[in-house]
Amino acid sequence: MKTDLSPRLRVALYGLLCVLLIPFVFPTWWMLTSSVKPISDIFAFPPDLWPRRFDFSTYAKVFELQPFARQYWNSAYIAAIVTLGTMVVSSMAGYAFARIKFPFSNTMFMIVLLGLLIPSEVTIVPLFQMFLGWGMINTHWPLILVPVFGAPSVFATFVMRQFFIALPGELEEAARVDGLGRFKIFWLIALPLAKPALGAVAIFTFLHSWNLYLEPIVFLSSTQMFTLPQALTQFTDAYGGAMWNIQLAAATMTAIPVLVVFIIAQKQFVEGLAHTGLKG
Amino acid sequence: MSLMTETPPRKRPFWTMARRDAAAGYLFIAPQLIGIIAFVLIPLCLVFYYSLHEWNVLANTFNFVGAANYQMLLADRALPQVLLSSAIFSVGLVVLNMSLALLLAVLLDQKLKGITVFRTLFFSPVVVSLVAWTIVWSFLLQNNGGINGMLAMIGVEGPNWLRNPTTAMISVIVVQVFKNVGLNMILFLAALQGVPKELYEAARVDGAGHFKQFRRITLPMISPTILLTSIITIVGSLQVFAQIAVLTQGGPGMTTTVLVYYLYQQAFQFHFFGYGSTLSILLFVIVAVLTFVQWQMRKRIVFYEN
Repeated sequence: MKTDLSPRLRVALYGLLCVLLIPFVFPTWWMLTSSVKPISDIFAFPPDLWPRRFDFSTYAKVFELQPFARQYWNSAYIAAIVTLGTMVVSSMAGYAFARIKFPFSNTMFMIVLLGLLIPSEVTIVPLFQMFLGWGMINTHWPLILVPVFGAPSVFATFVMRQFFIALPGELEEAARVDGLGRFKIFWLIALPLAKPALGAVAIFTFLHSWNLYLEPIVFLSSTQMFTLPQALTQFTDAYGGAMWNIQLAAATMTAIPVLVVFIIAQKQFVEGLAHTGLKG
Repeated sequence: MSLMTETPPRKRPFWTMARRDAAAGYLFIAPQLIGIIAFVLIPLCLVFYYSLHEWNVLANTFNFVGAANYQMLLADRALPQVLLSSAIFSVGLVVLNMSLALLLAVLLDQKLKGITVFRTLFFSPVVVSLVAWTIVWSFLLQNNGGINGMLAMIGVEGPNWLRNPTTAMISVIVVQVFKNVGLNMILFLAALQGVPKELYEAARVDGAGHFKQFRRITLPMISPTILLTSIITIVGSLQVFAQIAVLTQGGPGMTTTVLVYYLYQQAFQFHFFGYGSTLSILLFVIVAVLTFVQWQMRKRIVFYEN
């Protein structure tokens, strides 16, 4: 419905978009500014959109109250391994389901798709028991193994399969005539073409791992092992009340780096998701 | 592949092209397939097995009780409230999310300078850490917090958002919608941009107005995307946990205790693993039925499929 808009309609549209934008951007602004307010100003009335006094000690306190650097590292390295691992597992499986003919491939694809039907919340009790039996409770293994090989990676495999199905077959045929094996065709020809789909998978997977909350609180018990989402909720005083400004400082440090990366790479981000996302 | 070199000469080779391909196929899917068996199918069987047992981890009891947990499920006085809360949350979330996503997508599909800046900003909460986002909203929604502060400036006395049964549920839904609506918005936007322009031109020649064009062309053409996003949004809405845990802890009373939160409480706070497993089976059945129903509905509501 793209039509050239009259100037008056244009202004109205900008106005509408700006109003709609408030709940999307104001919370981030409020988080940033409140994280540097002294605790006495944090519930000041009228609310200060810009801090009247600055107190940067909140950021130091984040590291004093919890092993926050360690927790940051935990979240970062888990997300990195999960993202990389999922890209490998899902691109291989997606490629095979899309391009290779082998007996029972459809049945096996259906079995894999069951992962979409069974959210990890359903299996959290037996998973806890399994990892308990393997001595992996309070380690990061469950947070790595389940997302890479289990239900969360199925969506990635589905996206990769949809991408490889749409890929024209001539390139592969030419490579076969040249005597390339399947693995080389996959690695040298199909995978380089799949960069946009892989990008979308990487983004989805990273955010999923980065946001994981139920699994860490079930599987992890010591603060040294905590991931960021779990750590963020732990900034409470002796009575269980939230230490708001410190909590918001920790939240800011958690949110801002990803936000900055997103703003720098937003074009690839959004287009990658839109074009490989869900076309089938 | 090294397997090729072992082919004995002259005899018809065992490793024909088709066989080599099949072997490669199995190798390629092996990690995913084994993972699904180990971390999805076996746990699913186990959860059913557990659900037939009375199992208290603290008391260290594990006894076969048959269908007793399922009878307990039917008799559970709290469960109707939990299911009602889940239903209100899911319906509210899906309706709000889909309509806001569609509205934003249509607005962002207009020819305007700087529209990508708006697109980026509407999408930005998607990349903000879920718990960080929820904590900020929790802070904003406190009785003496930012939102009531702003309301007071214009002379309105706001409710205690997270402590009042009605507003607590609304808050949880709205916080989640603003967090994730950007994702559906982008998918809708891509779908809108894929609608052939000629269709609109033809409709305009026939004298169809904007609203009619939207109803008769846009909606049918993007219906596959609407169906797919609605399935994902509904299944996702049943998995909500962190938001509830941070914002309301299921309260006030049990008004925001959705099924996953109740399951977590029963299994990991009260240590009833058997009953927790029974609730897991219930969650599984609900997800399966909803997905199946929507999949069946696609024949009726989806206008075309590629």
